[in-house]
Amino acid sequence: MTTQTQTGPDPKTALSSRGGGPRADRSFQVLTLVAGLLVLAVLALILITTTREAWPALSEMGLRFITENRWDPPSNVFGGLAFIYGTAIVSLISLIFAVPVSIGIALFLTELAPRRLRAPAVTVIDLLAAVPSVVFGLWGVLVVAPKLVPIYQWFNDVLGGIPVIGSVFGEPVGSGRSFMTAGLILAIMITPIITSIAREVFDTVPRADKDAALALGATRWEMITGAVFPHSFGGLVGAVILGLGRAMGETIAVALIIGSSTQITANIFASGNAMPAVIVDQIGESTGTFTAALIGLGVVLFVMTVLINTAAQTIVRRAEIRMKGARS
Amino acid sequence: MTTTVDPVTRPPAAGAPNLTRSALSVRRRVTNQVALGLIVLALFVAVIPLGLVVWSVLSRGGSVISWEFLTEDIPNSFRRSGGGVGPAVIGTLIITGMAALMAVPLGVLGAIYLNEYGKQRPLARLIRTMADIMTGVPSVVMGLFIYSAWVLLFDARTGFAGALALACLMLPVIIRSTEEMLRLVPDELRQASLALGARKWRTTLTVVLPAAISGITSGVLLAIARAAGETAPIVFVVGVTTAPNWNLFSGENTALPAQIFRNASQVFEPAQERAWGSALTLIVIVLVFTIIARIIANRFAIKER
Amino acid sequence: MTAPDPKVETVTASDRPSVSINAPTSGWGAVGVDTPQAAGAPVMDLRDVSVFYGNYEAVRGTSMPIRQNQITAMIGPSGCGKSTILRSLNRMNDLVPGARVAGKVTYHGQDLYAKDVDPIQVRRRIGMVFQKPNPFPKSIFDNVAYGLRINGIKGNLHDQVEEALTGAALWDEVKDKLKMSGLSLSGGQQQRLCIARTIAVRPDVILMDEPCSALDPIATGKIEDLMHELAKTYTIVIVTHNMQQAARVSHYTAFFTAEVDDKQVRHGRLVEFSETGKLFTNPSDKRTEDYITGRFG
Repeated sequence: MTTQTQTGPDPKTALSSRGGGPRADRSFQVLTLVAGLLVLAVLALILITTTREAWPALSEMGLRFITENRWDPPSNVFGGLAFIYGTAIVSLISLIFAVPVSIGIALFLTELAPRRLRAPAVTVIDLLAAVPSVVFGLWGVLVVAPKLVPIYQWFNDVLGGIPVIGSVFGEPVGSGRSFMTAGLILAIMITPIITSIAREVFDTVPRADKDAALALGATRWEMITGAVFPHSFGGLVGAVILGLGRAMGETIAVALIIGSSTQITANIFASGNAMPAVIVDQIGESTGTFTAALIGLGVVLFVMTVLINTAAQTIVRRAEIRMKGARS
Repeated sequence: MTTTVDPVTRPPAAGAPNLTRSALSVRRRVTNQVALGLIVLALFVAVIPLGLVVWSVLSRGGSVISWEFLTEDIPNSFRRSGGGVGPAVIGTLIITGMAALMAVPLGVLGAIYLNEYGKQRPLARLIRTMADIMTGVPSVVMGLFIYSAWVLLFDARTGFAGALALACLMLPVIIRSTEEMLRLVPDELRQASLALGARKWRTTLTVVLPAAISGITSGVLLAIARAAGETAPIVFVVGVTTAPNWNLFSGENTALPAQIFRNASQVFEPAQERAWGSALTLIVIVLVFTIIARIIANRFAIKER
Repeated sequence: MTAPDPKVETVTASDRPSVSINAPTSGWGAVGVDTPQAAGAPVMDLRDVSVFYGNYEAVRGTSMPIRQNQITAMIGPSGCGKSTILRSLNRMNDLVPGARVAGKVTYHGQDLYAKDVDPIQVRRRIGMVFQKPNPFPKSIFDNVAYGLRINGIKGNLHDQVEEALTGAALWDEVKDKLKMSGLSLSGGQQQRLCIARTIAVRPDVILMDEPCSALDPIATGKIEDLMHELAKTYTIVIVTHNMQQAARVSHYTAFFTAEVDDKQVRHGRLVEFSETGKLFTNPSDKRTEDYITGRFG
């Protein structure tokens, strides 16, 4: 642009006479940069402030904070293993139910649905995502949990006698508030997120690959396993891990449904507790080291979810790059 | 060419080939039918809980809701019936509003940095990745963050603390959705404006942003709807109150999600009724935002063509 | 019906300099000599075939035969419906929402669009090679084996893969790297891999939708040579935007064009179908002549 200026003094002054000057441009850029940097600042602050507040508990308990199963606030012993266990079990149950359903819905939307069914189906998934988690919690604790007890009892009657498996399907708790109920409700809540990512992943499969499979005489399902899945495996793994991250951090529904008892048991029909649930349940009446310990659980949760999400992002991105690279 | 095609490769179907479905082996046919059936079933598995939740909330909450319920103070005992959740409605609106007031401008500016300045530079990529990670930070952790950094510092639970937590939850969502929208703005528009001698900040604010405004608005509304339904941070950084508190900066406050949470775990009938009523109110608020967002997004899609 | 005389082609080249048809030096003259007995008998037959997308009639009233072990080319300007017709021959059009075929497409006397006909069986017998090489993101071996596996074709998998790759004139180039990704090959090799994938399931007819449009001239030449070989075993239908290619490889040519009706709607239409030599030297329709002499649009 400056080469175009034939006469006149310094091209800089010629430009600065219009539109507010280079300083305005510069300061606007800095302003946007500051807003962008805020993300980094908040993430760093989360880690710093929560760790600082949690330090009294973390330093006193050391590694026992996550390896010991004894949570006894009056005697200042804070071993949160049972909560980590609860979080893991509930997340696992929710994934077992949510992953096949989500992949199924995503396949329906991308490969099967007639065009006029597609929009309503997407709306249903969007609505599912729009329902606040506390509403699912309310529904889960007051409506679903009591209704599930007979079903749990049936499973216990049928499978309870078998060794190993029997201990998983143990005696159900009377209220129905259990790992299993929490996992089921969580499954409903993470289905939209896994579905939406799986959909994006399936959408990247080139039309040409699907046509090639069909032109060889593949059935629709053979086309899906032969052309769609190989293309989307990495992306699907990422979607599942992202769903896991969501499930682990979900607070309110789990707090209402899991039954709030500090125990480690293989019985999925028993009450338990999970990290986020303990925090909301107990922080109101906590003081001193107890508060620090609860914040410490938050730190553990934060670190775990960040690790999981980073892994998921990396996998999804790598899968994307591989697919794009392969096609160019 | 070394090709010599063996006569064996002659197509088997020289006569009248069987093209009917029965020519497909039973195994393949059944596998296909079963698999496709399961895929359709998956959709129903998702529809059923949605229908049941909506039905429960409508049937139980519908009988509770009235003008009094929406405006009157909260009774100070779980056992007492009557009263309403007026303070929680007010709290939800002003806390979410304040959060939006903070997060929307910052989020949009951040997105402008990513799409107009940072692009593929390492810093921009880092911010993008971190925003994605921040989206995955559990709301309870965000609540703990504000609790450690604000509530403990000033020793006061206020509506503003809740707004701060919600703003932190909204920020990355707004940044990423706005960036998506800015990316859709064709480069020709920017070049046209720059060629007229406009500066970049002007081009961005007067050409790029208006071109993407409906998409951005739709994303922002969805983020607000999400935030309005967030519970965990509200429960322990906002506090409790039974009377309306219009002041975000002093005194404890409350919001609908907190009311639902507190009342849901009670065995008393009046408390449970209040929970259902609050749930219906909250769903309606969230739904209104979601629907407006969809309408705006659809308008935008039409204009694009 | 016999294969067209190669001499006709030579005449074409000298008589009509405006169409620079290079008569092949070898290759397709031999086809006529070598063709099995059934050669020339119609394998497929189109009777008054129209293809609709919703209410829009993309191609109307097409009638032509597809003959055994012959190469039938479809040429014409873009938007004339030649690819649409090609995709109606193995029911790939079924995959387009709202697509509908009127008229009759028969294959060995059976109506392809009859109620009890399964498109999967149709596609297994009438294979397809696409415009852009589209190997799966799998190894070279698995690409070829895919069709064999899903169709449950018995026999030694490795031998059949080798046979298909040999048939596609690719074996010598890839025999040492069968485990490598199909995407690591060059464009021309990828397209031959796709041909190998198609012939591995031993179809009857092979449809080719502008198979060389994404390839350079050398790769194109290899595929054209290959087509002559394949015609000994298979019946081939090729859509091409390249007239010279049609003249070089095909025995029969169908010329399509796009016409605007009185309501200002464009429809594809078959103008002329005849032996390739005749169509290029002595077209019976003025529109064909205009197109092949380059007077068209």
